[in-house]
Amino acid sequence: MNLSQALEIATCTDPGMVRSHNEDSVAADASIGVAVLADGMGGYNAGEVASGMATTVLTTELQHLLASGEAAAMAGAAGRERAEAMLRAEIAKANTSIYQAAQSQPQYAGMGTTLVVALFYDNRVTVAHIGDSRVYRLRDDELVQITKDHSLLQEQIDSGMITAEQARFSQNKNLVTRALGIDPTVDAEIREYETQPGDLWLLCSDGLNDMVSDEDIAMTLQALASNLPLAAQQLVQMANDNGGRDNVSVVLVRVVRDYAAPKGLLARLFGWLRH
Amino acid sequence: MAKFILSMDGLVLKEIPVSKERMTIGRKPHNDIQIDNLAVSGEHAVVVTILNDSFLEDLGSTNGTLVNGQPIKKHFLQHNDVVELGKYKLKYVNEQAQQHRAAPQDFEKTMVLRPGQVPKVEPGKPASESQQMRAPGVSQPVGVSQPNPALSESQAMRAGQGAPAASQPMGVSQQVSTSQPMGASQPVAGGKQVPPAAIQILTGANAGRELELVKPLTTLGKPGVQVAVITRRPQGYFITHVEGATFPVVNGKALDAQAHALADHDVIELAGVKMEFFFKT
Repeated sequence: MNLSQALEIATCTDPGMVRSHNEDSVAADASIGVAVLADGMGGYNAGEVASGMATTVLTTELQHLLASGEAAAMAGAAGRERAEAMLRAEIAKANTSIYQAAQSQPQYAGMGTTLVVALFYDNRVTVAHIGDSRVYRLRDDELVQITKDHSLLQEQIDSGMITAEQARFSQNKNLVTRALGIDPTVDAEIREYETQPGDLWLLCSDGLNDMVSDEDIAMTLQALASNLPLAAQQLVQMANDNGGRDNVSVVLVRVVRDYAAPKGLLARLFGWLRH
Repeated sequence: MAKFILSMDGLVLKEIPVSKERMTIGRKPHNDIQIDNLAVSGEHAVVVTILNDSFLEDLGSTNGTLVNGQPIKKHFLQHNDVVELGKYKLKYVNEQAQQHRAAPQDFEKTMVLRPGQVPKVEPGKPASESQQMRAPGVSQPVGVSQPNPALSESQAMRAGQGAPAASQPMGVSQQVSTSQPMGASQPVAGGKQVPPAAIQILTGANAGRELELVKPLTTLGKPGVQVAVITRRPQGYFITHVEGATFPVVNGKALDAQAHALADHDVIELAGVKMEFFFKT
């Protein structure tokens, strides 16, 4: 099922005002309903390599799988486990690729990356994330943060050691507790949400949410929702105008219309046979 | 390393380095910081340090703990905070934190914290309890003073801690690097103030109405017909086409898809309405 009529996607990535390298990487394919964003880390250009590998492996593998009819199996109630299992497997693959590259080539030692993947299918979206890159959703002019960072700061906030207000002044902002490619295995957090026509889903690296307040992100998305590429550019520009101390990346996905998976007899039979 | 300066009535008694993950303060002799005064409880308070951040927690003391004159239960210590217990004062000095803030570009590089490297902060559990397990030798800020392979960019971070950064005026750099990002709706960036500006409608039903451009972006026009946005940036005000088949016209010239810098008294035509942009001085 081709989703390019149901989803509109815009991406924008920028090195920011301070860094010379862009270690962020984004990829999206509206036809299969996939958006991926990764924020790499590691010396020299290793961060770019890690995030580039993550987005490339995930998009190509998912394109391959979804083109070969996996999408039909994702219809109905079973789709949820299907999508989750598929994402988990592909993330494990990307993790292995990065980990092995880091092990075998000294210049890549210690590289890793954060990851967010959004997979849209059957009026739903499955979101997988690792690290401090985020997903937000704008619905009825209300911006909600969907993912919770895997970071030391978030753990401190959760345990009540520190308030969200104090977190702004913490020096531990940049410490993530999970990353892709640093260990032989990785534990991605995967959740599913329903989508509605009119929803605007935002994937971003910490270069955006550290520099631009949630209120300003919400205002920008509300004001510029009719022009997605401009909204994406505007968010990056605001991060840069506020100092742009990190790479900034955004992926915007608008749900234009329903995209329920076909539930015909044949499709159901196919899905059933594939189990 | 961070330290406390203990004083009473303005008289400095001693300096105490923050050398452990968990340091207790109280009257009884087993405390790491012992203050032998009846106004101080036996176990009065505790300071828990994770990497470079220290937290002060009152342990239900009889007379309470003040930070900068305010009673606290739990407090995230900042450089130069003054902790008061009875007549005693403990000043928290953390120059390392200041250096980091002066060199934000290196400091802010994302790093991975391996599980087990720092004790996990478990939700619901008081921070102090979960910290106890840690060996005292690890209480130095990891990644700053010890090369640690798991913190992949510890080298970069160390390099960024050089002398020039440390000599910058502290108050200023802290202001810029920490509070600015969140103040994104303020017209301040890099310390530069954008002069206030407004739009006055010249034609149509709303002629004469004035619209102050107070938000970072203001949309104009009719949704579904023609919309443009005016963004307020450190460099000034810019108009950009958002939607519609026709592009906005500024001073008789149609714009393209690019943002256009607005000058004082520019006349904008949008969805059949003329309006004037001007600075309010």
